This record gives sequence, C-alpha cells and structure tokens, in this order.
Amino acid sequence: MNPKLIIILVAAALAIAAPFFVYPVLLMTILCFVIFACSFNLLLGYTGLLCFGHAMFFGGAAYITGQILKTTSISVEVAILCGALAAGLLGLVIGQLSIRRQGIQFAMITLAFSQLVYFVLLQMEFTGGENGMQGIPRNPLFGLVEVRDSFSFYYVILALSAVAVFAFYRIVHSPFGEVLKAIRDNEARVESLGFDPEKFKLVAFTLSATMAGLAGAMKATVFQFATLTDLSWPVSGEVILMTLLGGLGTLTGPMFGAAIIILMNDHLAGFGEWALIGQGVILLVVIVLFRRGFVGEIGALMKYLARRGKKPSAALVTAKPVVEQSR
Amino acid sequence: MFENITSQLLFGQILLGLINGSFYAMLSMGLAIIFGLMNVVNFAHGAQYMLGAFVAWLLLTFLGVPYWGALVIAPIAVALLGMLMERLLLRRLQNLDHLYGLLATYAVSLIVEGLIRQRYGSTGIPYDNPMPGGMNLGFMFLPYYRVWVVVFSLVTCIGTWLLIEHTKLGAYLRAANENPNIVEAFGINVPKMVTLTYGFGVGLAALSGVLAAPIYQVSPSMGSNVMIVVFAVVVIGGMGSIVGAMATGYMLGIVEGLTKVLYPEAASVVIFLFMIVALFMRPSGIFSGRSEGAR
Repeated sequence: MNPKLIIILVAAALAIAAPFFVYPVLLMTILCFVIFACSFNLLLGYTGLLCFGHAMFFGGAAYITGQILKTTSISVEVAILCGALAAGLLGLVIGQLSIRRQGIQFAMITLAFSQLVYFVLLQMEFTGGENGMQGIPRNPLFGLVEVRDSFSFYYVILALSAVAVFAFYRIVHSPFGEVLKAIRDNEARVESLGFDPEKFKLVAFTLSATMAGLAGAMKATVFQFATLTDLSWPVSGEVILMTLLGGLGTLTGPMFGAAIIILMNDHLAGFGEWALIGQGVILLVVIVLFRRGFVGEIGALMKYLARRGKKPSAALVTAKPVVEQSR
Repeated sequence: MFENITSQLLFGQILLGLINGSFYAMLSMGLAIIFGLMNVVNFAHGAQYMLGAFVAWLLLTFLGVPYWGALVIAPIAVALLGMLMERLLLRRLQNLDHLYGLLATYAVSLIVEGLIRQRYGSTGIPYDNPMPGGMNLGFMFLPYYRVWVVVFSLVTCIGTWLLIEHTKLGAYLRAANENPNIVEAFGINVPKMVTLTYGFGVGLAALSGVLAAPIYQVSPSMGSNVMIVVFAVVVIGGMGSIVGAMATGYMLGIVEGLTKVLYPEAASVVIFLFMIVALFMRPSGIFSGRSEGAR
C-alpha cells in the first residue's frame, strides 16, 4: 500500500478520534489556524509574497459570517462560505493595489491596508465596535441538523478543514502552482516565458484571502463571537510565525506550526504577556538558526541521509531554502 | 456642517496635526535612512520610540534626571542598544532576503513591548510637562511645549538632511547606499558605518519618544500604534527618500488634523486612503528619486 495513503488514513483516524480525548474547542481553534496558516503559506511559501495584513481577511470574514448568522436563518455552512467569498472579494481589490509594489513594500502596504480595514470595521455599527459581535448562533447544518454542541460541531469544522487542505494541496501541485513557485524563484524568467506574473500573483492573493476568510469564518462560528482582535496586526504576525516555524513552502509545516503556537498560547494564557514574548523569541530563533522551519529541516535531513546512502556526488544538489537569495 | 467650527478648534487641530506630523517626519526619516543603507525595514522603530519615552520616564522617576537631561541621555542609551542589536542580529541576516530583516525586527519589537508591558503594565503613565503654560494668541491658545516640539523636530529634520546631503560623511553614506563594495575599496569601514547609521536612526526614534512623552502618555503600545502610520507615510513618500519621508510626514500630520475638524469619522483612516491614492498615481512614491531607481 502507498505510504502516503497510510499517513493520510492514520491522520484521518486520529482527527476523528481526537474529540473523545481532547477539548473540542481547542481542536477546532487549531483547525482554524491550520487553515489560516495554509492560506498564508500559499502566498509567502509558494509565491514569495509577504502579506503583513492577513488578519484583515481572517477577522473580516468572521464579521460577515457572524452578521449573516445573526440576521438571517441561512445554514451555518453557507454562512461560512459567504464569509470566505467576501474575504476573497476584499483580497481581489486589495491585491489589485498591493501587487503594484514588490518585496518589502508589499508587506508594508498590506499592513497599512489591514489597519484601514480595522478602523473601518471599528466604526461600523454592525460590528459592535470595541465590544465585538456577540452571540453568533450556529444555525442548523443544511437547515436540518442541529450542531449547537461543540462535539458535533467539531466534525463540521473538520470536514471543512479537510476540504480546504485538499484544495490547497491541489492548488500547489497544479500547473498553476508550478507557475507560482517559478514566480517566487525568478519572476523575470517567468515573464520572459510569456506568463503575466501580476495576474498569477493576483489570483494567488485572492485564493489565499478566500482561504484565510474561511478560517476566520470558521473561528467566528466556533467561538460564537467575532472581535477586533482577529483583525489586528498581531494576528497577522502570528500567522507569519506559525508558517515560518513549521517550514515555509512545505505542505504540512505551517499546519504543525499553527498547532504548536495555539497550544503554546493556550498554556501561557494565564501568564500575561509571556505568550507574546515567547512568540517573539521563537520567531527570532527560527529566523537566525533554522529558516527552513522544523518540517523543512527534517525534510532536508532525510534527503541528506537518503543521498548519503546512494551516490556521494548527488549530495551536492541540496535543496536551496525558500525565499533565500543573496543581494 | 462647517458653521460650528470655531477658530480655536480649527487651529488647535492644525497644531496637533503639526505635532503628530513632527513625529511622523522624524520617525519616517529614521526609517528611510536605515532602509537606504541597510535595506532593512526596521519594524522595531516603534518599539525604539517607545523605549525612548520609557527611558526618559525611568530616568526622571528613579534617578531624578529632568527632561532636558533625558533628551540627551535616552536617545544615546537606546541607540547603543540598537547598535548592539545590529551587531548581534541584523548583521547575520544581511545577505538574506530583506524580508528576514523585517521579520527579525518585528520579533524584537514583540519581545521589547511584551517585556515592558509585563513589568510596567499596559496603562499609560503621565510624564510632567517640562514647559508648562502658553500664550493666548487671540484666536487660539498656544502651549509653549508644543511650540518647542515643532521647532525642535524641524531643526532635527533639517539638520539631518543637511548632514546627509551636504557633508562628507553624508556623501560616504549615500555612496555606500549605491555600492558598498566600491566604498569599502576606498578604505571606508562600511560595516562600522552601517552600525553607526542604524544607531543614528534608532537614536532619532528614541529622541521622538522623549519629545512625545509629555504630550502623549508613556505607554508600551505608543510605538506600535504610530508605527503602521509611519509605514504608510514611507510608502507614500517613496522608500529610502529622506526628503520625501520628512515632507510627507508633516503633510499627512496636518491632513490628519484637518480631517479631525472637518470629518472626524475619517481621521483614523485618512492617511491610509492617501496611500491608496498615491499607489494609483505614483506607484513608486511621490518623492521617489535617485535612491529609489536602483531598486
């Protein structure tokens, strides 16, 4: 049997059994951030774009989904999708403007945009301003199945996450994904081959925003409230940390990164500022010592060992770390 | 909607805008200088500004050093910390993608802000105004300290600009910005210059922090709030353009102040709206000049 298939089956079995042993809300939080980290990875890891304002899609979609659920009787899964699509639309508009500048400026511009979205939503009535949006109901699934308790809702979130991860996998392994990686590695060459990098970047940005929106919309239904915190720039920083910690441009790295950071936040929640300080320290250590992230480092180690077992000359062709280039 | 605006309110907000603009100008100038030479977007700039204010407050509270002493000591102390950080951290990253410099300084700002917040709490601490009082101009009341801030920051900005554009030191700096290898071949110690430049930019941030302490309260989040606005200012002015950063800083401070009078709801977003317009009209920044073209 295919070893990949075995891993997937084991992971699926673990995910299905997990809520019997672990608090479901914690698991759902992890899943939301796993999807959020994947969306960010699509941009930075696979396209080489550092968006420092990803929280605007995450937090924005949370409000949209919350508002739909509060004011209508639309079923919960449709409301989540609407939130994701709204984030995608926002991504299309903001991407259009932001990709005009490259590299570091792209990061600064997206940060400024996220702050703009933050202030706009702060002043809008329906968001509840500083108090946030409270009491978001979980309307029945497909209009039929009640999912009010966390245990059954976990499986809804798990199913949505599985679909999102599968979509992410398909995107990065499609011809479109290959072009994205080529843009990341050498944009000029991609352009010379007749592709329009800007168009690809815009599509990637929109897809990533949609996925980040999906994550935020799910989070709003899990906690049944939406707050400005989810929109604020520290959340944008958090998703960068998750992605880098796990391994930029690796499929599973950011997922592990998200799980680790959420668990760390959960453990340090009672210790004031230490969660944030810990994040800063981890980010520094990752940047200085292992930029491939731990999944990336493990992968590199395995490749190295495999090559050493074969021909010694093949070991020269080691994979270059993502986004790393000399100036 | 305009008939109920008194001259008191209007000029008061313009003055406040000018004050904010002074801080935007000084901070974005420091950012532009650091970016110009090192290609690092110094995300820790806000934290260093906050540290300046905090050191001033610590000096006053625990050592009894007055404002005027702090105005000299705090920037130097914070600049030394910055140079240490450049040596130990940023130097290791200089050959990597510039994104790592941004992320590393972001990590530092998280740690610094977190530690200060953990130790001193997140509420603002008032800092006594060293120049109380003011004069009544008839149409508005003009506090002395605010005049001092505007004048002092203008002098600092113009002084820095003269230093960079019209002295030999500045010429080395601009040359190293264009091609560090050739400048090094002329016998100039470029790594040392990078350290000193970073220290200078950080010192400017800390100096703004000391200036800001009596106006705003000293609080751990004072830096991160202003930081993002300053990023937008730098984007509008054109990255690495020192004059652009300065002029845009003052201009947007005043625009923000006027918006507070005319349409208060938009005051917090007007700078970002400006950024969108600037991105449309001049994708490389309204003051982008020589130093921008290379990138």
